[in-house]
Amino acid sequence: MCGNEALAEAAIRAGLDAYFGYPITPQNEITAYLAKRMPEEGRVFVQSESELAAINMVFGAAATGKRTMTSSSSPGVSLMQEGLSYLAGAELPSVVVNVMRGGPGLGNIAPAQADYFQSTRGGGHGDYRTIVLAPSTVQEIVDSTGLAFDLADMYRMTVLILIDGILGQMMEPIVMKDAPPRKDLPAKDWALTGARGRNQNIVRSLWLGEGVLEQLNEHLKQKYAEITEKETRCYCHQIEDAEIILVSYGVCARVVRSAVDKARQNGIKAGWIRPFTLWPFPSKTIAEAAKPDVPFLVVEMSMGQMLEDVQLSLMGKAPTCLLGRAGGGVPTVEQVLKKIEQTLDKTNNSTLKT
Amino acid sequence: MKTVFSKTPTLKECSTHYCPGCGHGIAHRLLAEVIDELDIRDKTIGIAPVGCAVLAYEYLDIDMIEVAHGRAPAVATGMKRTNPDKVIFSYQGDGDLAAIGTAEIMHAAHRGERITVIFINNAIFGMTGGQMAPTTMLGQVTATSPEGRQADGTGYPMQISEMLSIMPGVCYVERCAISGIAAIRNTKRAIKHAVELQMTNQPGLSLVEILSPCPTYWRMKPANAMKWIEDEMVKVFPLGKIKDAAAKK
Repeated sequence: MCGNEALAEAAIRAGLDAYFGYPITPQNEITAYLAKRMPEEGRVFVQSESELAAINMVFGAAATGKRTMTSSSSPGVSLMQEGLSYLAGAELPSVVVNVMRGGPGLGNIAPAQADYFQSTRGGGHGDYRTIVLAPSTVQEIVDSTGLAFDLADMYRMTVLILIDGILGQMMEPIVMKDAPPRKDLPAKDWALTGARGRNQNIVRSLWLGEGVLEQLNEHLKQKYAEITEKETRCYCHQIEDAEIILVSYGVCARVVRSAVDKARQNGIKAGWIRPFTLWPFPSKTIAEAAKPDVPFLVVEMSMGQMLEDVQLSLMGKAPTCLLGRAGGGVPTVEQVLKKIEQTLDKTNNSTLKT
Repeated sequence: MKTVFSKTPTLKECSTHYCPGCGHGIAHRLLAEVIDELDIRDKTIGIAPVGCAVLAYEYLDIDMIEVAHGRAPAVATGMKRTNPDKVIFSYQGDGDLAAIGTAEIMHAAHRGERITVIFINNAIFGMTGGQMAPTTMLGQVTATSPEGRQADGTGYPMQISEMLSIMPGVCYVERCAISGIAAIRNTKRAIKHAVELQMTNQPGLSLVEILSPCPTYWRMKPANAMKWIEDEMVKVFPLGKIKDAAAKK
């Protein structure tokens, strides 16, 4: 089972009621898998006429309290940004999968991490966030999917699962379990179900009265602060004694893990931090690991996007540098090792700029 | 004393934000009366558009959602597919349905979604200040056609109901008007029929187009606006049943 199919099956096991999607490479296995499996389960599958329609179908199903999801790849996710903004404004839970490919524009269909900014900065118009989960193995994709639905319901917001073309196509052994909704999720008493024996429910994102929208923005700010406090997740390895710390996520983190192990064998004390939530970003962990003479090497399949979050976390307390590949280029272990050596050499010569 | 008339309960007790002579108030009331007569308030979900009717939920006492411009038929699809037992309607203006939302209405119709669409055609963008819509009449002066709409460069008034009616996924299309008492009563009959088709699970989308006055941006007195519908609009948008698939059988 490839990563895309594993994600699709995991969504079914997490109680996905309805899937809406439009074909785009490299995520087509999700759509094809669910086209077959959802009807078998007596659930809803609709191939939409566009990504715009898909995200708005998600909007409609989510408003009635259903667990719903769409998936796409970079250019298609750009089209969904309008809907993502409305979902944020109306505080509706949803899960959106982006199997990233190279960009900008039509780019290509090769794996990339080029949508980091779009994913972590809101993406659409208005002042909002989405939770962004970045698994790095097929098993983690499976586990992230159940978690995504629970977080979406818990906080009434969109959770983005961000993978790339490699993870989507990769096959690995997995353990698939049912992941029914967590027991402590709040009741969906806001859902549109027909006003039987109660006052009408309204799902809206328009607030015209003076100061009313600002109250919503303030509420969202508090919600996002709570999520930052409770849901930030990352993994660290050998950072205590490290003379260089590598930061990477998703498929890049797999390369970095191998490179760090090799560096240790070569006598270089390297360590790594892997953010699992890209928003909220593990700024605290990174800041706490900062030492003036320990550089942070960011390895990403984009040209310095996550680098900015690492720099914001460090606030100048440690030097940073980047190994960025893009447009389908994937960093190799050898490239990472070489960059580690170059970085340490430069740091020792005090020429590295922060 | 015998009660001969009372306000239908689904229409809320409040004044609206609509301009004097606007047609939305009448359309809302007809919809509310149909909901109450069919006793479906507790299973109806309404979709408000972007446009003057965005606040329809302030006047209709049912579960409602407000959606992005033109996307109502996609939202309705998401709702109806997951809630086949509910009555789902979208309420859309001509800017919403015939301009930015053409893809969504066409494909909802194409798929045969079992939803009801109330399509308010007032030949103009009302909320944004009276700009030209796809349904604007030739020669009609608007904020963005100051010399009057010319076919060369801006096209002809779009007859979207006729376009939709040829699709197998559409079960019912009728064009009505609210330009007089008889026309209003007829419009209510059409809305009721469209909703009943959905309630009896007829395959396909049902749509009622309502020619509705916008005196403010037509720059007319309300009475003249009603007359303009009957004298001018119906020439381009002829009234009547365009399709009723169930009636043929």
